[in-house]
Amino acid sequence: MKLSHLLSSALALGVIATASTANAFCGFYVAKAGTDLFNESSKVALVRDGDRTVITMANDYQGDLTEFAMVIPVPTAITREQVHISDPALLKHLDAYTAPRLVEYFDKDPCSPQIMYKNMRMRGAVPAPVAEMMMTDRAESLGVTIEDEFTVGEYDIQLLSATQSDGLMTYLDENGYQVPEGANRILGSYIKQDMKFFIAKVNLEEQSKTGNEYLRPIAVAFESPKFMLPIRLGTLNARGDQDLFVYALTREGQVETTNYRTQKIPTGQELPVYIKDEFPDFYKSMYKTAAKRDGGHGVFMEYAWNMGWCDPCAADPLSREELQELGVFWLDQNGNETRKMRRPSPAQNVFVTRLHVRYDAKSFPEDLKFKTTGNTENYQGRYVLRHAFDGEMKCEAAKDYKAMVNERLDKEVKTLANLTDWDRKDIWDDIEDAGVGTKFEIKDKSDDRGPTWWKDMWGDK
Amino acid sequence: MDQEVRTGTRGGRLSRLFADPRNYQISVLSSLILLGLFHYSFHLPWWHVVGCIGATLTTQAVADKIIKRPFDPRSPLISALSLTLLLRTGSVTLSIAAGVIAIASKYLIRWHGKHIFNPANFGLVIMSLVFGAAWISPGQWGQATLFALLLLALGGVVTGKAKRWDVSLSLLGFYSALVFGRALWLGDPLGIPVHQMQSGALLIFAFFMISDPKTTPDSRLGRVLFAALVATVGFSIQFAMYNAAGIILALILCAPIVPLIDRLLPAGRYQWPTMFTLKGDSHETLTPAE
Repeated sequence: MKLSHLLSSALALGVIATASTANAFCGFYVAKAGTDLFNESSKVALVRDGDRTVITMANDYQGDLTEFAMVIPVPTAITREQVHISDPALLKHLDAYTAPRLVEYFDKDPCSPQIMYKNMRMRGAVPAPVAEMMMTDRAESLGVTIEDEFTVGEYDIQLLSATQSDGLMTYLDENGYQVPEGANRILGSYIKQDMKFFIAKVNLEEQSKTGNEYLRPIAVAFESPKFMLPIRLGTLNARGDQDLFVYALTREGQVETTNYRTQKIPTGQELPVYIKDEFPDFYKSMYKTAAKRDGGHGVFMEYAWNMGWCDPCAADPLSREELQELGVFWLDQNGNETRKMRRPSPAQNVFVTRLHVRYDAKSFPEDLKFKTTGNTENYQGRYVLRHAFDGEMKCEAAKDYKAMVNERLDKEVKTLANLTDWDRKDIWDDIEDAGVGTKFEIKDKSDDRGPTWWKDMWGDK
Repeated sequence: MDQEVRTGTRGGRLSRLFADPRNYQISVLSSLILLGLFHYSFHLPWWHVVGCIGATLTTQAVADKIIKRPFDPRSPLISALSLTLLLRTGSVTLSIAAGVIAIASKYLIRWHGKHIFNPANFGLVIMSLVFGAAWISPGQWGQATLFALLLLALGGVVTGKAKRWDVSLSLLGFYSALVFGRALWLGDPLGIPVHQMQSGALLIFAFFMISDPKTTPDSRLGRVLFAALVATVGFSIQFAMYNAAGIILALILCAPIVPLIDRLLPAGRYQWPTMFTLKGDSHETLTPAE
């Protein structure tokens, strides 16, 4: 088998992708209404407690399986027992549970009352990786040691250590990897930092046995004081910005980056109701605008919550079995209780932080370094729609109510324009086109709290 | 030594106000807190700030009463502001405890009439090591504050009021030599050490924590050596032990060596140039104060 490209499922872990694999990551999970927001994104679950780390890398690769391989620098040697093939549904579930959410509320009839709400989640994710192996003697002559090699699930995995980057480059090259220019230097840096290299390719025979069309995520468990994600290799051939989602699971609390500033994504804003059908677009623009205000890149916290519950829930919290599969190893001390319920369920000592990183080589020259803090404050990216009451209203209070709704809409449009950098005029046009959440017509001019012709001129249109 | 207070009328109110480096430092630290609150949206409830300031002032007042020394609110205020800037916690009790521990260390851990630890540094490290609910966020300042910080800090150097600029600049000099050296050895692009030197937390540490004249060595050579030591230890903790708060831990580890340096390289003890009075004007110090 000839592997012509070197790339990775999880750019996060230092992946090299050649230019010809431009569509390697196009296979983002597509939920209905086009919620595949950030294609070419990588998703990584990081379970961390003390010096123990379990990392699960999603794999969205959908190209020719023989063309796929990944190289990940890891802090320690890894043996067969430390590698596990995981279920793609886990990361999807984690994604769904932590996704920024849209909440709707319906106004009561101002002339009599009632309430309900529902929520929508935004998106999901998919995984899959690859592998093969080579001659030990040749490797040794290049200063490359194959510390271990084994097949797990559909992957052939090798763990390499190297004494110099040239040898490693040659080894990778002879094994059919097209290593991009500039990788030499970065590999050299990792070698000096005593990192090992985890390389995986697809074993086609094993892959066909699984009967899956996709590649499953690889999970690796190891012990090291280093709490980091090597992103440098992945920036080598990047075409512009890259998006990385980190789901960090800890016992103590929030995880933040120590060498970059972790910011919170704007939350809690009320938006015009037509956004319900434009939520993906909205979120994308809002994220971009938030990042732009900080130079176009950044680390944003989208969710931080105790895994025991959620409010509102974009998806159910992960079950005990799912958490264990992801590598949460400290659950045992907690008894056997599981929680399948939707909201307040027995609190679990697992805290999840979802970080959305947008980066490029220039603004993120250094690998991401993390730290677990004792901060157990819950946080979520949450956006609110308020539907005006649309039934018949025949009472005095209705007049005030309508004026209030119109004012509220003005405010919502301003908020939306500010968050997304969209033009207010366009927003008003979109509201008009959507035909939902438009302003109330207030017929009697005297009820409209005075004349409004200046509003038509300079107001919010 | 170091007494160049202008108490004459020629200096005007502003130079009288900044005759004491503490006044300058209080204004800079307060500005940084406001910057953090409004520009970087730090999660910093006002009652934490009030609690921490109250704790340091009260501890100092009580301790001064016991040892019968005139009370000066400026040093404890600086400690409280530094703690507020660098210590993150969700619990106001821990903010208060940090203030008490910081100031108490000043009175309890002494050698030859000089306290050993920088109070804010001591409070910060003890709290973050002992309590999981208190931590240091080295990344909270990001990189964009570089210019603002440099301007403020250089302002301090230029006015000559921050008397320990030598220790700040040597620390940054040694530290940058180490991170640039590391990058050269690893073959990393220079963007990496530049990024590391732009850390807001590092700059705040260099200009507003290690520069405390009361806990640095008395002689200039001693201070430069001390800066080299702190930089080396901090660098090792950061890059060999992977603790991002390396430089802050390094100061508390190296502080006990200061008495030794002072013994080998003796020089005049630093005294704050002015004493605090309630009439609003500072005047020249006549007796050693702290």
